[in-house]
Amino acid sequence: MRNALPILTVLVAILAIWYVAVAPMNIRVALDQAQRDGAALQPATALERQEVSVWALMLNNPAQIVGTYAMERPRLPTPGQVAVELWNTTAEMALNGRAMSKRSLLYHGWITLQSTLWGFALGTTLGILGAVAIVYSRVVDMSLMPWAIISQTVPIVALAPMIIVVSSQLGITDRTVPKAIISAYLCYFPVLVGMVKGLRSPAHAQLDLLQTYNASGFQAFLKLRLPASVPYLFTSLKVGIAAALVGTIVGELPTGAISGLGARILIGDQFGTPLAIWAALVAAAVLAGALVTLLDLAQRITLKRMGMQA
Amino acid sequence: MIRPPAASQYCGQQETTDVTHQPVISAKGLDLTFQTGDGPVHALRDVSLDIERGDFVSFIGPSGCGKTTFLRVMADLEQPTAGQITVNGTSPEAARKARAYGYVFQAAGLYPWRTIGGNIRLPLEIMGYSRADQDARVARVLELVELGGFEKKYPWQLSGGMQQRASIARALAFDADILLMDEPFGALDEIVRDHLNEQLLKLWDRTNKTICFVTHSIPEAVYLSTKIVVMSPRPGRITDVIDSPLPRERPLEIRDSPEFIQIAHRVRDGLRAGHAYDD
Repeated sequence: MRNALPILTVLVAILAIWYVAVAPMNIRVALDQAQRDGAALQPATALERQEVSVWALMLNNPAQIVGTYAMERPRLPTPGQVAVELWNTTAEMALNGRAMSKRSLLYHGWITLQSTLWGFALGTTLGILGAVAIVYSRVVDMSLMPWAIISQTVPIVALAPMIIVVSSQLGITDRTVPKAIISAYLCYFPVLVGMVKGLRSPAHAQLDLLQTYNASGFQAFLKLRLPASVPYLFTSLKVGIAAALVGTIVGELPTGAISGLGARILIGDQFGTPLAIWAALVAAAVLAGALVTLLDLAQRITLKRMGMQA
Repeated sequence: MIRPPAASQYCGQQETTDVTHQPVISAKGLDLTFQTGDGPVHALRDVSLDIERGDFVSFIGPSGCGKTTFLRVMADLEQPTAGQITVNGTSPEAARKARAYGYVFQAAGLYPWRTIGGNIRLPLEIMGYSRADQDARVARVLELVELGGFEKKYPWQLSGGMQQRASIARALAFDADILLMDEPFGALDEIVRDHLNEQLLKLWDRTNKTICFVTHSIPEAVYLSTKIVVMSPRPGRITDVIDSPLPRERPLEIRDSPEFIQIAHRVRDGLRAGHAYDD
């Protein structure tokens, strides 16, 4: 509970900044709305108002500020509005037995989660195998590592449509597959780097010791390198799963997908429903937080069982 | 009850028992030069030494005198650039593959994810001992280093001295005749070191192993050894070999005896003579 206070302080600060920002973000739209409703404004027309800063608009029309906090289509919704939207599209729908309706974020979150987990599994496997190859073969180290680094400098938004085109060309109709590939593409790298570091973490004396036992390379891997890499692996997995989620959401953006959190964000943008975007964003953040927390828990349990937690 | 782990070790033993008075370790004209960016470093130059069965040999000298390198050559962790060396009458490589020696490093180097028992079990697992044999051996060597009852503890739950004792137990577990120890007590404080020295002597007396022991400490070398090898750096070489007249039975008080002080003097003189080359 000692940790609760700083965490809550930061949370309150973020909410406060967010809340304060709502008025200047929405004032123009709110004034346009008020003008249509026949309110007397200063300046009176939208054209004139374009020349005036939001601060001046707020000063000149203080009566309209309150309206910025209760708009139907705000540029920046209040935290409360987002919470209500989130509630309406998740828990309330679940309570009404419509959890898997197409309008439910639970449904879209589930679609995204599936691709994320597939991509995470694929990326982690590739990352670990790549790391083993790099640690045990100098040739692979020299040839694979530069490509691994280059792969991460290519913007994933540029690459994602290509992966989708290629996979549909190959006759893969399931949308989960290309999304999982994009997700794996982002996720394998932290795992690879972390595992290389972990597998190389044993001190020279440790390897010498195994040599005095005339241990085989495989025994050295199994008994020393692999267990030594476990703490590094978990740290990488936590970064990796977050990257996998980002990859999936990016994979859902440019693809004309109609389901998944990424698709919700895109559709919200196209139909001018910022509340839907924000709700999907928060849902994605909650999902990422939950996944990382789960891995953190797995890390604690594993390390405790291995006797490494003092 | 104790079976040899591999046929090759049996061969090694046979060879040394057949040929009476053959030294356990014999080095002749060993040279070892490391090629570094700053030019060659002569870690060992013309090093010759015979170590007999049951000897307790200390290697003492300042940093860079090649004492650790010499130990690593015996262990086949370094290759000499010239000269010959035999361990148990065979090459160091054959001796290593026959698991002829146990090596104790300066850092205990216990695996944090294994219990003390699990750490001692490590070489036994690698060498393919049966589970029952492993259990018996772990229990026996834990008693030998007075760590009975600590089998299920993790390394971080033990003091530095206890960890080092566990690492000695690990080196003893597979019954190698030779124990190579590279400054095993270097990182420990004086009081713990005294205690471990005493224990090590008892252990040596009981097991009749041949021990090669690298140290920085003159009292430690004199107290423990039947043979003290004084080395000096640039190039790494042996400057003096002292056969200790002290009896096998050595209480800690022996360090106040005139014989002890006399040997310590000779070691110090040897170290000083070696250093004269530097200035």
